[in-house]
Amino acid sequence: MLSSGALAENGARFTLAELQRIAGRVIALSQADETEIEIDSTTDALTRFANNTIHQNVADHTLSISVRAVVDGRTARATTNKTDDESLRRVVAAAATLARHQPENPDLLPMLGPQKYQKVARYFDATAAENPMDRARAVTRVCKMAEKKKQTAAGIFASGSHQSVLANSKGLFASHQYTDAEFSVTILEEKSSGWAKSGSPDIRDIHPDELAESASNKAIASRNPRVLEPGHYTAILEPSAVLDIVGSLFLDFSGTSILDKRSCLNDRMGKQLFGENVTLWDDVYHPYQLGSPYDGEGLPRQKILLVDRGVPKNLVYSRTTAKKMKAKPTGHGLPLPNEYGEAPMNLVFSGGDKSVEDMIRSTERGILVTRVWYIREVDPYEKILTGMTRDGTFLIENGRIAAGIRNFRFNQSVIEMLSNVEMLGPAVRAAGEESFEMVVPAMKVGNFHFSEVTKF
Amino acid sequence: MMLDWAALGIETAKLRGASYADARVMDTRQREIATKNGEVGNLLESESLGIGIRVIASGAWGFASTDRLTREGVQACAAQAINIAKASALAKRENVALAPEETYVDTWQNPFVKDPFRIPVERQIDLLLRADKEILAVKGVTLAEGSMSFRKIDQLFVSSTGSVIHQIKMQSGAGIAATSFGDSEIQKRSYPNSFGGQHALQGYELIESLDLVGNAPRIAEEAVALHSAAQCPEGTSTIILGGSQLGLQIHESIGHPIELDRVLGQEANFAGMSFLTLEKLRKLKYGSDIVNVVADARLEHGPGLGTFAYDDEGVPAQCTPIITNGLFTGYLSNRETAATIGETRSNGTMRTENWNRLPIIRMTNISINPGTWKYDDLIADTDDAILMETNRSWSIDDRRYQFQFSTEIGWEIKGGKKGRMIKNPSYSGITTEFWNSCDAICSREYWTLWGTPNCGKGQPMQTMGTGHGASPTRFRNIKVGVAFAK
Repeated sequence: MLSSGALAENGARFTLAELQRIAGRVIALSQADETEIEIDSTTDALTRFANNTIHQNVADHTLSISVRAVVDGRTARATTNKTDDESLRRVVAAAATLARHQPENPDLLPMLGPQKYQKVARYFDATAAENPMDRARAVTRVCKMAEKKKQTAAGIFASGSHQSVLANSKGLFASHQYTDAEFSVTILEEKSSGWAKSGSPDIRDIHPDELAESASNKAIASRNPRVLEPGHYTAILEPSAVLDIVGSLFLDFSGTSILDKRSCLNDRMGKQLFGENVTLWDDVYHPYQLGSPYDGEGLPRQKILLVDRGVPKNLVYSRTTAKKMKAKPTGHGLPLPNEYGEAPMNLVFSGGDKSVEDMIRSTERGILVTRVWYIREVDPYEKILTGMTRDGTFLIENGRIAAGIRNFRFNQSVIEMLSNVEMLGPAVRAAGEESFEMVVPAMKVGNFHFSEVTKF
Repeated sequence: MMLDWAALGIETAKLRGASYADARVMDTRQREIATKNGEVGNLLESESLGIGIRVIASGAWGFASTDRLTREGVQACAAQAINIAKASALAKRENVALAPEETYVDTWQNPFVKDPFRIPVERQIDLLLRADKEILAVKGVTLAEGSMSFRKIDQLFVSSTGSVIHQIKMQSGAGIAATSFGDSEIQKRSYPNSFGGQHALQGYELIESLDLVGNAPRIAEEAVALHSAAQCPEGTSTIILGGSQLGLQIHESIGHPIELDRVLGQEANFAGMSFLTLEKLRKLKYGSDIVNVVADARLEHGPGLGTFAYDDEGVPAQCTPIITNGLFTGYLSNRETAATIGETRSNGTMRTENWNRLPIIRMTNISINPGTWKYDDLIADTDDAILMETNRSWSIDDRRYQFQFSTEIGWEIKGGKKGRMIKNPSYSGITTEFWNSCDAICSREYWTLWGTPNCGKGQPMQTMGTGHGASPTRFRNIKVGVAFAK
């Protein structure tokens, strides 16, 4: 057990009980009508390598004490990372002062009382115990593997542990602790590269050597890339590529986005928007998912069916948005005050039973995409996204990988893409770089628009 | 106290075997305000204080940070940095070497007129709500948004070689936006720039200079008018880019590829590498003869988000010629990468987001020098073109060759006159081909040092503010309209 404020080599600075005591102190100090406090204590470490050597290696311990005060129907937030009494008094006073100096908010609801939460097990001692030497040894193996093959490795090996509590003056108390680990690797050759990444709360699920081997094989398979004309192709998107594209949809399912008329689902709810093989849930309790079982106000999160066989069926709502839209809150509210309302942060796509190999075998001519990069929204209503392929893009001919190809830019409507899904793989926990982790399958998609080609 | 903590961190690191150590104590204060459709959205004040200690031990790097600013906490942090460095040494190929640098004892604060934290928050909210009201008064507008943010950074840098540098930076920023949903499309106009407006190393005087309320009706009317505007054609065209859009073009297609850590492969796994391999220095024709670009962190360049007196490894602010009469002439370096490529000195671009992040090479103010054209003369001299203003989307490959940008609004230029409005403008190209097609740059009176507050790089990710001076500029034979091509 750690003593108060003690700094472990690689573990929690505060226990949950200690965070609860700080929360109690803050609430006792507050003179506001209502007071809410969220405390997060984080320990993160990341070993970074490139050119087959470790070039950056960092660790940080941070604390955030965030206080929301309600005064005369107005609310505001102040945050500090200092735990002495004077700083706690100051942060409480700052939240109340900010709250007072604004117009009354007619939509503001009273804070919640005590709630019951479903348990989620997302803290693993093995992850919390990971240390710099463990990470360095794994990275050294990967670098030596790359050197042996005359390749160059770059990537990260990261781990962290987090404790958070949410409490308010109405008696609500919620807590969540979790760990996370991530290994990501790019293997480079002179004119090609390959990439692989994996993330999990349990570091024992992560296998750096296998990931590096996979990235290495992609770099070998994409040597001497051909130049292919841009155009519409059948695309086989590995889960990471699917994640970073469909991840752009999450805010569209927010009730507030509908009210603000900035969702691509405005005027489209209940209509056949995607293919019948597309079903989408938000489910924080899914075994592959991450996150706390409560939202920014402490309301329990619910599992919500967002898309049923291609038809957008439901949105998610904070308490305030639900009242405005005459719906029931779903436990997806963001911490108040905010202008975005709510968001589904735990998307789970239904999958299929086809492997990527099945998809390749069934394709006469198409493109296999390992990873996409720099995704940006070109048209918010048609949901046209642009981006690049990266680190392993291949031409498929007659059911086989024929060659590596130079990377493409794409301009593709996500709505059209999800209407053209020809095959689905099993849904897996996918890790990308443009979106938070979700549960998505590999997809074979018809008529994918690759608009331009780059020089490598 | 800041000096005591930093000195203790350095001393502990040295005692535990560091051959070099530096420490950054940073005390930051922020205020964020957002309004939407006549109501206050986000309203937040935050503060954060902590120390980051970077060491070289056993010839390798280690970094640790903590907000536990006690004797025990700082010593533990320094010890952890040493342990991490020793772990790094397991995968070491050679000892870290740094380009030499003088030691400095100095204090600096950027000039500003009005401390934004002393301006009553109700006055700041009122300004945004007045702009909101003006936007919502225009029929067809479905969403009005406004935001302000202020950040004060009080930081002390101490190194084992004797530097003690205290800097205080005050940043301010604000912007408004009008969105219109109709005819199955969403159109948006922002002022003075998209994605949060204009940001600079200034006080509240920046906000007062923007005239948010005065510009609100115009952007609202433009957002609605875009629904009935002509679609940007697909093909090849002359384009004229407004200053803020050119600023982002510089950021993506010059600022990032000149980062020496990218060039040397250190960012290969995430941000990517660069087409500007070392043999191209002082040989590559990056742009046309009129293109001159500098990386200038000095205050005399202006109050940009990349302005400081010293970078975060204690190197003084400098002005580095990046493109000189079209020729590629310089990278952004730090002490380590400068030594790697045989330069005698870093050009001072190491920057960190906060005390808990390792400094990495970042853009400072990457600006194109003004040209000679009056804006009206440039339009009059253009027979057939599309004028594009205010960024809507941006994307570029991981070696910074191929890019695609779209803007919120465009106008046809026909026969030397600004004509009808164009919606959904976009253009794309290859970096060096694009800059070599530049044939006219507007003069100093149209030049603005734009602030980009949201540049992401590094693992763990760090968000940094950068500056980009630019004026309206013309390019020939550019591919347009690809983003919306079927």
